Amino acid sequence: MNLLWLQSGGCGGCTMSLLCSEARDPLGQFRDAGIDLLWHPALSEPTAAEALDLLEGCAAGRTPVDILCIEGAMLRGPHGSGRFHRVSGTGRPMTEWVARLAAQARHTLAIGTCAAYGGIPAAGENPAEACGLQYDGAIRGGLLGASYRSRSGLPVINVAGCPPHPGWVIDTLAALAAGELREEDLDALGRPRLYADQLVHHGCARNEYYEFKASAEKPSDLGCLMENLGCKGTQAHADCNLRPWNGEGSCTRGGYACVSCTEPGFEEPGHPFARTPKIAGIPIGLPTDMPKAWFVALAALSKSATPRRVRENATADHLVVTPAVRRTGLK
Amino acid sequence: MRLVVGPFNRVEGDLEVTLEVEAGVVRTAWVNSPMFRGFERILSGKDPLDALVFVPRICGICSVAQSSACAQALAAAIGVEAPENGRLAANLVLAAENLADHLTHFYLFFMPDFAREAYRARPWFDGTTERFRAVTGSAAAEALPARMEFLRLMGFLAGKWPHTLSIQPGGSGRAVQASERIRLIALLRRFRDWLECVLFGATLEEVAALEKAAALDAWCEAHPGSDFARFLEIARDLDLHRLGRATDRFISYGAYPLAQGHLFRAGVWDGGLHGLDPGAISEDISHAWLAGDEPVSHPCSGVTAPDADNAGGYTWCKAPRWNGRVMETGALARQMVHGHPLIRDLVAHDGGNVAGRVVARLLELALVVPEMERWARALRPGEPFCSHGELPREASAAGLVEAARGALGHWLEVSAGRIRNYQIIAPTTWNFSPRDRDGMPGALEQALAGTPVAPGERVPVAVQHVVRSFDPCMVCTVH
Repeated sequence: MNLLWLQSGGCGGCTMSLLCSEARDPLGQFRDAGIDLLWHPALSEPTAAEALDLLEGCAAGRTPVDILCIEGAMLRGPHGSGRFHRVSGTGRPMTEWVARLAAQARHTLAIGTCAAYGGIPAAGENPAEACGLQYDGAIRGGLLGASYRSRSGLPVINVAGCPPHPGWVIDTLAALAAGELREEDLDALGRPRLYADQLVHHGCARNEYYEFKASAEKPSDLGCLMENLGCKGTQAHADCNLRPWNGEGSCTRGGYACVSCTEPGFEEPGHPFARTPKIAGIPIGLPTDMPKAWFVALAALSKSATPRRVRENATADHLVVTPAVRRTGLK
Repeated sequence: MRLVVGPFNRVEGDLEVTLEVEAGVVRTAWVNSPMFRGFERILSGKDPLDALVFVPRICGICSVAQSSACAQALAAAIGVEAPENGRLAANLVLAAENLADHLTHFYLFFMPDFAREAYRARPWFDGTTERFRAVTGSAAAEALPARMEFLRLMGFLAGKWPHTLSIQPGGSGRAVQASERIRLIALLRRFRDWLECVLFGATLEEVAALEKAAALDAWCEAHPGSDFARFLEIARDLDLHRLGRATDRFISYGAYPLAQGHLFRAGVWDGGLHGLDPGAISEDISHAWLAGDEPVSHPCSGVTAPDADNAGGYTWCKAPRWNGRVMETGALARQMVHGHPLIRDLVAHDGGNVAGRVVARLLELALVVPEMERWARALRPGEPFCSHGELPREASAAGLVEAARGALGHWLEVSAGRIRNYQIIAPTTWNFSPRDRDGMPGALEQALAGTPVAPGERVPVAVQHVVRSFDPCMVCTVH
């Protein structure tokens, strides 16, 4: 299968993340999956006129594009002209190239939240008129339109994340190459369910602090980041704490809040990222699927039951009280 | 003859270079950074601490450097200083990114050009093709896993890479525990082994101790077969030391703050060493697709207002200047300013050039990994990693750091508790600057003048060496 990868209004971080793939280097993984890399801006030899010949062949339908990966937001400005990103050597807007290529592609993938929904460049006044391939924030549409389907019949596959975990990209490509990714394998926002059916909360190393509502108050504290420091791990769709990042990590393991970067509109949460919005002392954003009254009742109960160990460690940067040593066998 | 070269790949982000070619050499060059996102405008009006979420996402390859500059500016505004652990952890994270970038540049971006058909007749062609050809070469298959294992440091200290929030104004939000420190030391040792076996074929200390161009030549003879020696052999055959000379004026903001000062000092070199005066930095918008009342401003009062119809513009990039002068920045500049004897000697012979820029990057791998080992050993689990303080409602501050590609500055103004102005000058903004109002071309534009173009070459290979020798990061350049 031929894979063509282009970058537009993003930071290149999705590719950088991909290069950290743990199972095997991504070039080897592509080969194993039967994927031929037609062109990638960071990896391939052809440049300038050589690359343009190749792109033109793809856009004109002469070279089949089985998998089209687009990284970065679509920059429609200024005033809808697309001139905020013209493809070098062509003078034409990237948005025009992407539309031509997407019309030919068997599968179209948005790599990262920018390409999926607009992402970070769409924050604030959205100076570049950024949007995603098939979404403008949470609204279907985007550059290609709500009704777009690639030649396979699938909508744009949104491998959202800022950046996406390398495994999300590799697994999605491998599933496509094996003919194993169907429309029902995508969630309501077009994300592959192979990672989006989990919550960031699942497997979080701070779970004991969460259980007892023993909360961190400042950066470097060990406690749960939800109550004070803006963490959205109980609502964010991704398997970040089940599938480690860079071998060992995740945002919450790294000492900071999940900002729900796989979600449309995460760039404008309506509150400072590292401060939890509350009403009457209770966080507004409660865990997904949990009735509010139960959450409030359980939180009050668990707070009153918090062991001294968990309470004191929650606001320290290392264990100040270690677990009691006791025999666990039945007497 | 006019030649438009783009899309210029194996650089980070989008680049287009226009060349006026006469009698087989480039006479004049214009460098275009063709993408604008508008981070400085996005940041306007935000909660100042939210900048820590936005700025790393300017660039996926200089993500930590952007975080570090932002954290430094916020720390200055708050008036907080990191405890020793926090300083060391932040240095480790930034050094890991910078060194991984040097490795990525060498193996994935720069070396594959020597496997091009244009070099088929060279004696080193077959070996180079097997080793360095893009996508299929054996070197990428070895370098990518080594890089991946090295970047596990980010899993420990930064949660993930790119785009961490562990870098805080008061140090690091990720305190290292005792067993993690031991694993960090092991991880660094493993990376050292890889560099010593594959890249250098010698100890890091041996490479770091090279002091003269002649010693480098002798070392190359004595260590055939290492990837560094392969490069030196190619560089000598192709006279890469005579290619891509720019202004020979170098700027460094100083890298890796330690209790006793920077590991690599800050300053400016223009034949002699000067202190860094940040007040002498300005940006000129005369040749950018930008509007503004003032053609030249200090970044404290800089404005970023896109104007795609600005008649004088040919890029989205501003033109940074130091005392009105064009500067080159990067590993070569950093080691020139710091005074590494080998780099000073190479530049004394041939000025800043393609070969010297690559040597300086690899030299930094040899210089910094042993420092990282020292920093990791100096971490004291159980002692604080982060200090805390309140951000005032009014503040003006700057953060100046060294990214892999050189001098990165953030200038922050806070008013009524919100960001009033945020200005960024990235390393490649310096190197790939357009002309200023006096018509003075930027560093790459100067470096390209005189580059040979063979008859019929659609994509001149020497031009590619010159451009990629700067390891440009175009997403940072315009941001």
